[in-house]
Amino acid sequence: MGITQVLFWFLSIMAILAAILVVISKNPVHSVLWLIVVFVAISGHYILLDAQFLAIVNLIVYAGAIMVLFLFVFMLMNLNAETEPQKNRWLKIAGVVTGGALLLVLVAALKKADLKAQIAEMNKGDIGLIHNLGVTLFHDYVVPFEISSVLFLSAMVGVVVIGRNEREQKDMWPHGNNYGA
Amino acid sequence: MMHFDWVLLIEKCVLILIIISVSLLVAMYETLAERKVAAWMQDRRGPSRAGPWGIFQPLADGMKLFAKEEIIPTSSSRLLFVLGPGLAMLTAMMTSAVVPWSSHFVIGGHVVNMQIADVNIGILYIFGVVSMGVYGIMIGGWASNNKFSLLAAIRGASQIISYELAMGISIIALLMMSGTLSLREIVEQQQNGHYYILVQPLGFLIFLICAFAECNRTPFDLSEAENELNFGYHQEYSSMKLGFYLFAEYVNMFISGAVMATLYFGGYDIPFLNDAAWGAHHGQNWLAIFQVVVFFLKIACFIFFFMWVRWTIPRFRYDQLMKLGWNVLIPLALFNMLATGFIVLLHQNHWHF
Repeated sequence: MGITQVLFWFLSIMAILAAILVVISKNPVHSVLWLIVVFVAISGHYILLDAQFLAIVNLIVYAGAIMVLFLFVFMLMNLNAETEPQKNRWLKIAGVVTGGALLLVLVAALKKADLKAQIAEMNKGDIGLIHNLGVTLFHDYVVPFEISSVLFLSAMVGVVVIGRNEREQKDMWPHGNNYGA
Repeated sequence: MMHFDWVLLIEKCVLILIIISVSLLVAMYETLAERKVAAWMQDRRGPSRAGPWGIFQPLADGMKLFAKEEIIPTSSSRLLFVLGPGLAMLTAMMTSAVVPWSSHFVIGGHVVNMQIADVNIGILYIFGVVSMGVYGIMIGGWASNNKFSLLAAIRGASQIISYELAMGISIIALLMMSGTLSLREIVEQQQNGHYYILVQPLGFLIFLICAFAECNRTPFDLSEAENELNFGYHQEYSSMKLGFYLFAEYVNMFISGAVMATLYFGGYDIPFLNDAAWGAHHGQNWLAIFQVVVFFLKIACFIFFFMWVRWTIPRFRYDQLMKLGWNVLIPLALFNMLATGFIVLLHQNHWHF
């Protein structure tokens, strides 16, 4: 086994174990922390596939920013094992059935796919390097890219509009800034 | 076909060892320097008892921290409580991996690059590690199970996230000019005095302010505002775990000085001197040593600047901090990015519209 294989198995086991722990942790904060471990392991996989840019963006955006926001919410709500609401039993069963159905679909789809011909290229291949990614994104797919960025922008504006509280805005500093006055 | 390159492995391990010990040593003496600078600015003497001019003061402080009783609050979550300071220290040290400390040494015909890893996403790697650094504060603050710690941790984390945005946008302008993310290539483009500070002054200013916020230094040390939050996120910490948090801040200062010198001040380039010609005349190894010294002098200037600001400017209020980040720095950075993009495009078009 070369170093690549050792790393692959290590990262895979780490990702799967951490993913299981995300689900079975009682404390939501622990779940989020395990999810960060999953993201780190997946970033490691990206690096093995020579997609360094994707790896680091995955770390910055998902593990670095989005998970911090998740942590904010959980820490401020002070959720823990005792206060976690107990779900309805039928809801649990429905969840298991839906999850199982998804698994079935995925397995059926992958079984048909010709995976033998598409073994991931490790340690060679430069498709994921930033130069090639930039050319693909801003040359071949520039219109879909721009459209999706407009979509993001409109989503952001929508969040600001919904989240703004008119009354609070007015009352916060009635006569300018009189802190400590 | 792939045989393992043992020489490379040993070389890198030695380099990592050297860089980590030097970072720790520098961080140690930064604590002394900070107190000396503070004393100088307030017309005092500063620590002067341990050794001549107090140069053994950091050792004494370290001994004191090690000798203190280790207290883990019973209501805290133990594992995370210990993980917090460790994570803070780890992320602080990891950033140094992509900084080029000097050009290269030639030892027995073997070229030794003074950089641990020249990855082609260099600057993004730093961003990735810095964004992980939030967790050191957040986990520590939450695990302490103390309201003040939690509030301080959330303040610190939201501050770091807010300023990361402006920092990233200010970097984009620089990357448009350099055309590469590799820090070594960025330094090589700046040889012979073509420093990026000359073409990106606004970008540098934004980056500098954000660096202060990322390091949790005054005037942005809202997460340790003692008049509002007692001690901040490390309220419950004692002994060397507290030491790790305090130390991580100094390591961060050192590394962010190194990053700013690399990006905007030519890194290891020796000012007012043609490096390549001097190296050809005096030998590459002497040049490399000289470059390390110059690089560390540049970093020292930044560290002094950090301290100068700390003992000059009072702390911001929290709403002022957020206003500065979102209403001033981000629009400025966006403007800088657009203007730079416009000029780069014009330049590529040979100044024709």
